Amino acid sequence: MSFLGFLDGLGGPHVRDGVIHLVVVLASVHALAAVTAIHVPHIRYLAILPEIVMLGGAVLLLGVASLSDRPVRMSVTTVGTVVISGASMGLAWWQWADVRQHGPFTTVAGAVVTDGFSALIAILASTAMLLTALVGDGYLRREGVEGPEFHVLAMVSASGAMIMGQANDLIVIFLGLEIMSIALYVLAALNPRRATSGEAALKYFVLGSFSSAIFVYGIALTYGATGGTNLAHLTSYLSTHALSSNGVLLAGMGLLLVGFGFKVAAVPFHMWTPDVYQGAPSPVTGFMAAIAKAGGFAALLRVFVSSFGTLRPDWRPIVYVIAIVTLVVGAGLAVVQRDVKRMLAYSSINHAGFVLLGLQAADARGVSAALYYVFTYSFMVIGSFAVVTLLGRSGDVGHDIAGYRALARRQPVLALAFAVLLLAQAGVPFTTGFLAKLQVVAAVVDAHSAPLGFVAMGSAAIAAFFYLRVAVLMYTPRRPRWVPPGREIVFDPIVGPQASTAAREGSGVSGQAEPEIAPGGSLDGGTAEGAVATVPRTLAELRLWSGSERTVAVVERLNADLLIDREAEAVEDGAGGRRVRVPPAAIVAIGICIAVTVVFGIVPGPLVDFTHHSTLLLLR
Amino acid sequence: MNPSQVNVIGMDLVAAVHKTGPDIATFVVSAIIIIAGAIGVVFSRNPVHAALSLVMTLFGVAVLFIEQQADFLAAVQIIVYAGAIVVLFLFVIMFLGVDRRENIAAEPLHWQRPLALVLMAAALAGVIALGVGSHWATGQQAVAGSTTAGGHSNVYLLGKSVFTTYLYAFEATAALLVIAVVGAVVLARRPSLPSVEPETDARGAAVSGQPGPDGGLHDAAPRGSAAQDASPADVRAGQSLVKEAGR
Repeated sequence: MSFLGFLDGLGGPHVRDGVIHLVVVLASVHALAAVTAIHVPHIRYLAILPEIVMLGGAVLLLGVASLSDRPVRMSVTTVGTVVISGASMGLAWWQWADVRQHGPFTTVAGAVVTDGFSALIAILASTAMLLTALVGDGYLRREGVEGPEFHVLAMVSASGAMIMGQANDLIVIFLGLEIMSIALYVLAALNPRRATSGEAALKYFVLGSFSSAIFVYGIALTYGATGGTNLAHLTSYLSTHALSSNGVLLAGMGLLLVGFGFKVAAVPFHMWTPDVYQGAPSPVTGFMAAIAKAGGFAALLRVFVSSFGTLRPDWRPIVYVIAIVTLVVGAGLAVVQRDVKRMLAYSSINHAGFVLLGLQAADARGVSAALYYVFTYSFMVIGSFAVVTLLGRSGDVGHDIAGYRALARRQPVLALAFAVLLLAQAGVPFTTGFLAKLQVVAAVVDAHSAPLGFVAMGSAAIAAFFYLRVAVLMYTPRRPRWVPPGREIVFDPIVGPQASTAAREGSGVSGQAEPEIAPGGSLDGGTAEGAVATVPRTLAELRLWSGSERTVAVVERLNADLLIDREAEAVEDGAGGRRVRVPPAAIVAIGICIAVTVVFGIVPGPLVDFTHHSTLLLLR
Repeated sequence: MNPSQVNVIGMDLVAAVHKTGPDIATFVVSAIIIIAGAIGVVFSRNPVHAALSLVMTLFGVAVLFIEQQADFLAAVQIIVYAGAIVVLFLFVIMFLGVDRRENIAAEPLHWQRPLALVLMAAALAGVIALGVGSHWATGQQAVAGSTTAGGHSNVYLLGKSVFTTYLYAFEATAALLVIAVVGAVVLARRPSLPSVEPETDARGAAVSGQPGPDGGLHDAAPRGSAAQDASPADVRAGQSLVKEAGR
């Protein structure tokens, strides 16, 4: 009463009424809150710590870089990213240990599941992030696009893959997919000096958005058919209800398969892959191949094997066909590629087909085989693209296969590293690639789909051709330039007009029908400048110059034969002839990739056990 | 539902909802609004009129939502679609110039309109045939019980599920929005460095992804030259995210 009296004294009854009114309103709001109190679900933070660290680290890095007065040094960004990824990886290992000890659990109202499977995907995503940070460091310095964006976007993308791996709800899977993909779209466009980078990003974005829309449509139909989006709910609903008319459910499942198929680049939905892999900055391509496959296959395996497990008879034939087409098209089209990045893109499609074998097997063995494949493939592909990054030189150009000729002579260690990674991808014994292929094929044969196993092995044989082609080319010395018999000329369009004019003036011959034949017969025509008689620039000029149709025919044929040679010379004479500088960070990254690939190929036990114990929570 | 018991669901479709006179009247009126708006979108010559017709369609759909007791959905429909998306359309139209006339009769692919009609008819026939001929519905009700169960409104129930069942998804959306903003800024504020890929080689022949006869030396553009050439104000403007670091 004294308070109200004080108010009376202060401003009269008017103020007093107002305050009372306010108090009443506040009290009613409080009462409403008491009535409608909701119980926020219990959160076990261990389950979501790896991606909290990853996302928080990304935001921290972005904040520091944006707020500091001076530009943040590249080394600081890279070290920060490595530390954050390492911390995230450590937490993922903690999850793994916890799951092994106390068993899997779900948290945050059943939206998140922590089982061996999710822990493995988290370890994989954080490792891929760590390696990519090391590879990207040198690349960004070389390209002059330094700044924290690359690392920030990549970290967010990695956390998206982690979310996909542990999602226990279709909506969470979708959000993880989008977090991963949107960051990848931007990463693909990161190099402003390459027009193809922007083109790749646009293609990826448009097609990716389309596939995301299809995916959401699938979620909606699945929700309509089962009354929930939670995977545990789906599992229990489908295992306790015999649906006599499940058209909506099947349509939803099909659309989900399309959405996943796009992300993992399975064949009818692979159209974006070659262009995006070729156009995106090389470290991003390696990261994209590892992360998108890890996240996509993690969610795909979890949804289809554990939740749609009772619908196996419905989806296994579809996956069977998709796997065959993916294997064959991926391997077949990789053979005809001239660009190494494009070749690796088609090879990644082929690898997606192999992982689909694990899905097609649709049992615990298939899942662990698919996981093993995704895990080991990530190291191979990041390592391969790390080498490609280094050889791309400034501007990230010159990925033509011809540039790899005689790489072993120039840079033996890099060539050896690339050869090992390519052979591992081909599935040579004593590498993880061999064990990966062996396991998925064994799983699919066990699941009574032996023909699929045969197709897979056939495609592996085709794939071995194009991997070995690059490996052999690296160890093939450069051929001497071709000289027409008896003539001291160089038919070489690479030689510039200055040189040829000088040569013509020097020898006093100016493109007549009967040229003088210069004495001597050195094979090294390109460098023996004084000996060069004349240089016909076109076939018509050559015809005029030699007066012989036969010579023209021979030259034309040799042109075709030596196409790769000539372009190899072009590259070697240019920047490719110099040794590329290999930054220490990239050496570490490639070293880790090769170590994992070779060590676990020779001593397979630990990694096989690791994936074998990474079972799904709801697998039955 | 008891999980242990195995039900055979979907044999019979959900019983038809009892329709009253006002229900039907509301449906007819809003259906007319929707279809009139849709026709307006397709046939308006002026793009602004088309956009406004779209608002009419969306409004009619919102009325139908209210009739289905989905108040919140109706409000979101108006706020998000009519309020934000159509306004975005109008922005783009105004930017490009309202007065610009395009000859929409000129088709680069003259067969695509008939083809679109055929495909649309086929898709529609397929959906109708499936809806009539086969029992697609599993019989599961997506929303269990009345929308006003327990005396709580639609909005309350939605809000509750956002902070309970879908809490994690809600938080993940925050990450999604952050990355969308960061991505947009990265793409918008990129320094315009000169391209390293020559469009044509020395003789004017197109080189597509292969090293040209200049020996694959595409190093004509010095690194970060544009950023160095740019005026201090430009550099400052672009500095919030993109920094020329460590040099």
